[in-house]
Amino acid sequence: MTNNSNNAQVAGKTSIKTYRDAINDAIREEMRRDPTVIVLGEEVSGGAGCDGEDDAYGGVFGVTKGLMPEFGRERVIDTPISEAAIIGAAAGAANNGLRPIAELMFFDFIGVSFDQIFNQAAKFRYMFGGKSKTPMVIRGTVGGGWRAGAQHSSMLHSIVTHIAGLKVVMPSNAYDAKGLMVQAIRDDDPVIFLEHKVMYDNECEVPDEQYAIPFGEAAFPRQGKDVTIVAISNMVTHAIAAADILAEEGISCDVIDPRTVSPMDDEAILESVEVTGRLVVVDEGNPRCGLASDIAGIVAEKGFHSLRAPIRTVTAPHTPVPFAPELEDAYLPNVDKVLAAVREVLGA
Amino acid sequence: MPYQEEFLLRAYRSMRTIREFEERCIAEFMGGNVPGFVHASNGQEAIAVAACIDLSDSDIIGSTHRGHGHCIAKGCDIGGMMKEIMGRSTGLCKGKGGSMHIADIDKGMLGANAIVGGGPPLVNGAALASKTLGTKNVALSFNGDGSANQGTAMEAMNMAVVLQLPHVFIYENNGYAEGTAANYGLGCDSLTDRNAGFGMPAECVDGNDFFATYEAIKVATKRARDGGGPTSIEAKCVRFDGHFIGDPQLYRGKDEVKNARKNQDCLKIFRDRVIKEGWLKTAAMDAIDKEIKVEIEQAVADGLAAPHPDPVTDLMSDVYCSY
Repeated sequence: MTNNSNNAQVAGKTSIKTYRDAINDAIREEMRRDPTVIVLGEEVSGGAGCDGEDDAYGGVFGVTKGLMPEFGRERVIDTPISEAAIIGAAAGAANNGLRPIAELMFFDFIGVSFDQIFNQAAKFRYMFGGKSKTPMVIRGTVGGGWRAGAQHSSMLHSIVTHIAGLKVVMPSNAYDAKGLMVQAIRDDDPVIFLEHKVMYDNECEVPDEQYAIPFGEAAFPRQGKDVTIVAISNMVTHAIAAADILAEEGISCDVIDPRTVSPMDDEAILESVEVTGRLVVVDEGNPRCGLASDIAGIVAEKGFHSLRAPIRTVTAPHTPVPFAPELEDAYLPNVDKVLAAVREVLGA
Repeated sequence: MPYQEEFLLRAYRSMRTIREFEERCIAEFMGGNVPGFVHASNGQEAIAVAACIDLSDSDIIGSTHRGHGHCIAKGCDIGGMMKEIMGRSTGLCKGKGGSMHIADIDKGMLGANAIVGGGPPLVNGAALASKTLGTKNVALSFNGDGSANQGTAMEAMNMAVVLQLPHVFIYENNGYAEGTAANYGLGCDSLTDRNAGFGMPAECVDGNDFFATYEAIKVATKRARDGGGPTSIEAKCVRFDGHFIGDPQLYRGKDEVKNARKNQDCLKIFRDRVIKEGWLKTAAMDAIDKEIKVEIEQAVADGLAAPHPDPVTDLMSDVYCSY
């Protein structure tokens, strides 16, 4: 028995797994179970056509390492550097009997392939009167912290969340990453699966067996009654740390991790705000037309009468991601910024 | 003698500066003084210098993620570059860009680019501006072999032909698209043949041979400047380091890099040629080597001593223009 991110008890055999290995596990087991699941992208294996070792990379952060030796290059496909063609091939294959997992490496590369995502894959089901299904997963690594600069550090989740027809998944820990990836692969719609690049070595107890976490069900890593903190992806880490500091001061925070932002568990957030009357939203994305303002808007519209203080958002500033470490550190939300926002809504 | 001594010394100095700069970058990265992702271009110096040595500051280049050599060849200040790569406020981009996004607009260096295939459409734009404004400037894009397979590169080549833009597409084929063999990702036998299919002159040269590369690009640049439209130059070369600094390069064959350093080093090939022809003396090149060591040492010392950006004032500046 162990604790998962949802504070529920998990039965069965578990192991300590990294975020990276949990995603690998999910994909591997689904590939064993379902021969229509394939992986494609740039260096999802690595070393194709080279004289040295095969499977040299296993993806830029090693998430898909070991899959090619087990399933072969027919199902773990290294592609040319051609993001539009990768996404298009995944979408077309998904329409025709496969369940592709396409990797965009850094999610910033969505730019090169965006038409295939938002004009094509996202719209098929609706535009074709419900007669088309596109069971594909697009994996990408998001976020700052690696000093990777403006074109390798973006979040961009709000852009894809804006698009009807896409499902957007942002796991904050290894347990959720595995269960959500299983659901993403089994799902009959295009799913954007965003992995935060600073989280790959984060570990927690993960069940050995396959399990699917349904989309649109939030997790509650900390429960409390004074302030609701909604956070996603790596921001959950900061929200939990802030909640634990505040708990020692006698302030109890209800930390909500929506886990999937499309669909999103609005009800969980509204029910929590009904109790706390105070909301802080923590999001690493840019503030304008972003997830934080979206969540604030939902609560302002549907939970206005519960609110006892103005909503506060903690986001990146409205700039590209800077390179210099001092600037990137100032850019990113952190525990101190969450603490300040919570204290502000409490009037402390 | 087909080349002026001054020209040869300038070419050698530029190539040696790139070599020294890159090898020092690797050391400083390993020592923790350079943050982020850095892609070194040591081994590929001859192409950058051959392409840029005759250009003026008003001619434009666009670069790749492996862009330090192109910057140096185009005349960017190595002190300003080192500071940028170290993330300092007095760097070429005030520490906001870093290695993958380094640029120097005053020098006609449009920018390194962390998006594979991001550059060639932009360089078409520079070429279009030249054509429209009648400036006679040329625009050169540096591209990796991997980027040749991006739609952006192919669209840019086609449009450059359609609009007869003064754009020289330089493909640095170092045999690897990151950690995948270049010829795995290319569906046909020859990138040059494929590029010729867009309707422009296309030539393949030995990029380890400065002189062969220089002569081919010179013809292409003149054609572009004279209104003859774009050219593709594929220069076959060797990447001495990994895709990124720290890449374990498991995909490369045993002793491959060691042998390349021994037999395909463009600097050694240059030195051997100019000595054999009697164009330059060893002592003159050795003297340059010494001077460059001092210059790079100084650039690193200045970089380490340079101020860090201010998180309060610098974070929010330069997002939009000021009125």
